[in-house]
Amino acid sequence: MGSIVSVQGVTKTYASGHQALHSVDLAIQEGEILALLGPNGAGKTTLISIICGIVNASSGSVTVAGYDIVKQFREARRLIGIVPQELTTNSFETVWDDVSFSRGLHGCKPDPALIERILKDLSLWDKKDATIMTLSGGMKRRLLIAKALSYQPRILFLDEPTAGVDVTLRKGMWETVSRLRDEGVTIILTTHYIEEAEEMADRVGVISQGRILLVEDKQVLMQKLGEKSLSIILHEPVEALPESLAHYQLERTDNGRILTYRYDGNAERTGITRLLGDVAAAGLRLKDLQTSQSSLEEIFVNLVSEAS
Amino acid sequence: MNWQAIKAIYFFEMNRTRRTILQSIISPVISTSLYFVVFGAAIGARIESVEGISYAAFIVPGLIMLSLLTQSVTNAAFGIYFPKFTGTIYEILSAPVSPWEVVLGYVGAAASKSLIIGLIILATANLFVPLEIAHPLWMMTFLVLTCISFALLGFIIGIWADNFEKLQLVPLLIITPMVFLGGSFYSISMLPPAWQTVTLFNPVVYLISGFRWSFFGLADVHVGWSVLAIAVFLVACMVAIHKIFSSGYQLKP
Repeated sequence: MGSIVSVQGVTKTYASGHQALHSVDLAIQEGEILALLGPNGAGKTTLISIICGIVNASSGSVTVAGYDIVKQFREARRLIGIVPQELTTNSFETVWDDVSFSRGLHGCKPDPALIERILKDLSLWDKKDATIMTLSGGMKRRLLIAKALSYQPRILFLDEPTAGVDVTLRKGMWETVSRLRDEGVTIILTTHYIEEAEEMADRVGVISQGRILLVEDKQVLMQKLGEKSLSIILHEPVEALPESLAHYQLERTDNGRILTYRYDGNAERTGITRLLGDVAAAGLRLKDLQTSQSSLEEIFVNLVSEAS
Repeated sequence: MNWQAIKAIYFFEMNRTRRTILQSIISPVISTSLYFVVFGAAIGARIESVEGISYAAFIVPGLIMLSLLTQSVTNAAFGIYFPKFTGTIYEILSAPVSPWEVVLGYVGAAASKSLIIGLIILATANLFVPLEIAHPLWMMTFLVLTCISFALLGFIIGIWADNFEKLQLVPLLIITPMVFLGGSFYSISMLPPAWQTVTLFNPVVYLISGFRWSFFGLADVHVGWSVLAIAVFLVACMVAIHKIFSSGYQLKP
């Protein structure tokens, strides 16, 4: 897999003086789902707007499949589809006309069969003759996706695709995204729902205050930064920890009924065997054991708070 | 050239016209008919003739220009302003289309629409007053060039405007007075000499004069000046649009 989008040293300062991006480098692999995770105002939308040609970069360069997005904008943009964050739709056109318009705009000849398939896939077929202003918010969101798919892009940018979308629809959106990935479409989605990144992405990029803090394989990221914890649930609560267990820095909760041990899940020696031996030696009776791994959310919160 | 895109934008815009046919086509026809009733029949009956032409016939080219100019400007301005206002402009900006293809789509549609309106008004006028066109080819040339150049101006206004008020400002406060004072309803020679000179600074005078020449073979200024004026205006608009696109002004932050 080679990189299909390459962002090099891109900075963006808006006319207001606000610097939205600080020399961003990013390589997006062909066929992957990359989640750009970041709090509001982190620069996610600015970054993808630059790649798609909606915002001019102040400096730096972007290539899409080797085509420079400024000098070879035709070739580059032909490959790109974008679903914006806001529900920016026309109002008076019909769904069919609007989707067909997008296809034409990207230089493709009319293909009613394809548009029919897309509308059916996105459950919009029975609304094909409805005017857009009569659609619900969820339908408008799907319409925006249909418009972006109408010209069969190889790379699809989804800017917060599930913001303000209910749970059922969100699941549906995830299914659409994974189906597209199966068809070989590279997908970049921005989100501040960690759950979304955790569920769908192959790689996760964390962006905060206009800087990309890291881009990592999701599993690797979770392993690399993932702290594990072991909860020891006791039969009888303990008032105070025995001297022999002091150096494990256990956390005592539930009135001394639960002792929590934190350790690095990837370490050669986790210390668990010794701990359990010492617990037994101290005369504490175990009722149950539980381990848990930090979620992407905890990792993310840690990273962003470190950065700021 | 991305012809599919030009076609898509053009028909998208023409569809808008079709949907708003009452406002787009019928209202200019009605207002022109009213001008004929008031100026042609009621007042015109008391004016003998202007330079040997019946007053009702004399005002036809000016009336067509009045509608043509305001319609071209308003249509093109609205066409590009609306996507900016709703945010759907993102699609145009991220599509594989060059700026001039966008212009061709929007301006082409706006110009076609006002050309249609111009021809409808001409046909309506013909019902009120018999018309003979001395130079039909020149008439069409003036018609088409005016539609295109003022649609270009409208496109610029649509990009410049960041609210609805600005969108209306230029057509209402600049175009309409310029057309009224540009000899739509009178010959420049009817003015006192000092005002005749002042009027020559109004570019619309050249348009109306040239257009009237194509109908009746007589003009306030030489027809060569009219052709030159419209050509200069056309080029000026194109240069302005080129500058807008190369700087990203009001389109790309």
